[in-house]
Amino acid sequence: MTDKLKLGCMEKLISRAPAVKIQQLRKTYENDTVLAIKGLDLTVGSGELLALIGPDGAGKTSLFRILATLILPDGGQVEVLSYDVVKDFQSLRLITGYMPGRFALYQDLTVLENLSFFATVFNTSIEANYDIIRDIYVQLEPFKHRRASQLSGGMKQKLALCCTLVHKPSILLLDEPTTGVDPVSRQEFWDILDKLKADGMTMIVSTPYMDEARRCDRIAMMNRGELLDISTPEALIDGFGKPLYAIQSDRMFALLQDLRKYPVTDTCFAFGEAHHVTFKKSIQVDDLRGYLQMQGHHHVDIAQIQPTVEDCFMDQLAS
Amino acid sequence: METPVIQVRELTKKFGHFTAVDHISFDVHQGEIFGFLGANGAGKTTAMRMICGLLTPTSGKVDVLGLNIATQTDAVKRQIGYMSQKFSLYDGLTVRENVTFYGGIYGMGKDQLKLKIAELAEKLGLEDKIDHQVSSLPLGWKQKLAFLVAIQHDPKVVFLDEPTGGVDPITRRQFWELIYEAAERGITVFVTTHYMDEAEYCDRVCIMVDGSVAALDRPENLRHKMGKETMHEVFYQLARAAQRQE
Repeated sequence: MTDKLKLGCMEKLISRAPAVKIQQLRKTYENDTVLAIKGLDLTVGSGELLALIGPDGAGKTSLFRILATLILPDGGQVEVLSYDVVKDFQSLRLITGYMPGRFALYQDLTVLENLSFFATVFNTSIEANYDIIRDIYVQLEPFKHRRASQLSGGMKQKLALCCTLVHKPSILLLDEPTTGVDPVSRQEFWDILDKLKADGMTMIVSTPYMDEARRCDRIAMMNRGELLDISTPEALIDGFGKPLYAIQSDRMFALLQDLRKYPVTDTCFAFGEAHHVTFKKSIQVDDLRGYLQMQGHHHVDIAQIQPTVEDCFMDQLAS
Repeated sequence: METPVIQVRELTKKFGHFTAVDHISFDVHQGEIFGFLGANGAGKTTAMRMICGLLTPTSGKVDVLGLNIATQTDAVKRQIGYMSQKFSLYDGLTVRENVTFYGGIYGMGKDQLKLKIAELAEKLGLEDKIDHQVSSLPLGWKQKLAFLVAIQHDPKVVFLDEPTGGVDPITRRQFWELIYEAAERGITVFVTTHYMDEAEYCDRVCIMVDGSVAALDRPENLRHKMGKETMHEVFYQLARAAQRQE
């Protein structure tokens, strides 16, 4: 076999091997009294964009910190790009890009100084890997001499991503990168992630925004240190498995309370302009309308709708 | 018509050559939930800090509860509550100590505080955690606790700066139910958020773009006027038109 062919085969093999393989991962804090992760199994494909969602305390940040080799697991096996997170942490750090949840750049350094600093730590330069950061850097360039502390929330996060990419990592771990970021900047941030994905980057992203989770290949839902579900957004939505109604009236807060008092109501949550409701058994829409009108509601509107990822999240956690 | 709870007139803040807030004017009425939206850098936080007396305006005027915020600052502060973007309770103090500390600042008596602590613990289901350090509580509970502490002295107006940032979908909704309850009790709520579904829960929303008020109306009116299905689309169209560079 020629070298070129060998290389081709290797590439194929690598692309088929999972980027992340987690088996029976356990993490505890404070002398085993706090269980952060309880026997987690998870595989992430090469080039996959995985969303990690779950309430506070689900274990998401612990998982990120283990994958980034910053804390040690208490049990189980974790491999990232075929490297063991405990034994091979030094090699792994060179190819991992980790963006922590808290803004972790130097506030008193400028945009350019932050970038140069992170490049130097990885023994590289901004110029050497300019192709991977170009799309973000052009947005930052007008403010390159501004201190990081003086940037708006959206720009700070773009700078943080830029610093995370400057050593050309093979996997990105992004812990709530868009928290506190406005909808327009969030959109721009995710457009950047889409481009990275098109170039084959493997990414794990946690987010409290379910519209962002919807954009990922698969969604992993965690709660209390366990994986509740992992599936594609489409499969997650298909699995909702019961009729969902959007209900509106002229008195939305009273409507929320009155719907909860309705005997066959199962779950009822505010969802922007309407409340989303499921029932314990099938309902007659006219009966429900009559009940609500009796409670003094006007302009009652009841429509059966398709669930969103957020509905699925609420449903899984409520049960 | 009754006097507005908050009256903002030609309010302006300049930082050097940069005009962060540019001659904004609006009224907020008694008991309403007033949503204050805008992209990062649109001037929201600066405006809010001037309105609650934490920052001196370059020009313009704010009356809160009929009092001039510039000259009667202390009188205003006694009657308002404020929950900042960053978590505003003391992590190293217990729940009880935090409530006692903030109550003390607002001059609440011992008996009144005792009642408040019991009420608050029951509302949050925190009865067994009352003597635990705040740092040990999950973020969602901390945010709800911070809100209840911000309104424990029964203010007439409460200012909430991104109270649900980074909070999961279930806790966000529980938080908004607390807001609704406060509004039902007659507390006027002035709130900023980046979640556009939350904009729908407001009686009226004000959208800031480049330091100015780009839109101010009821959410459904804004949607209809601009021919959009959701507030997300309304916001996106307005905010994307921003000209100024950060």
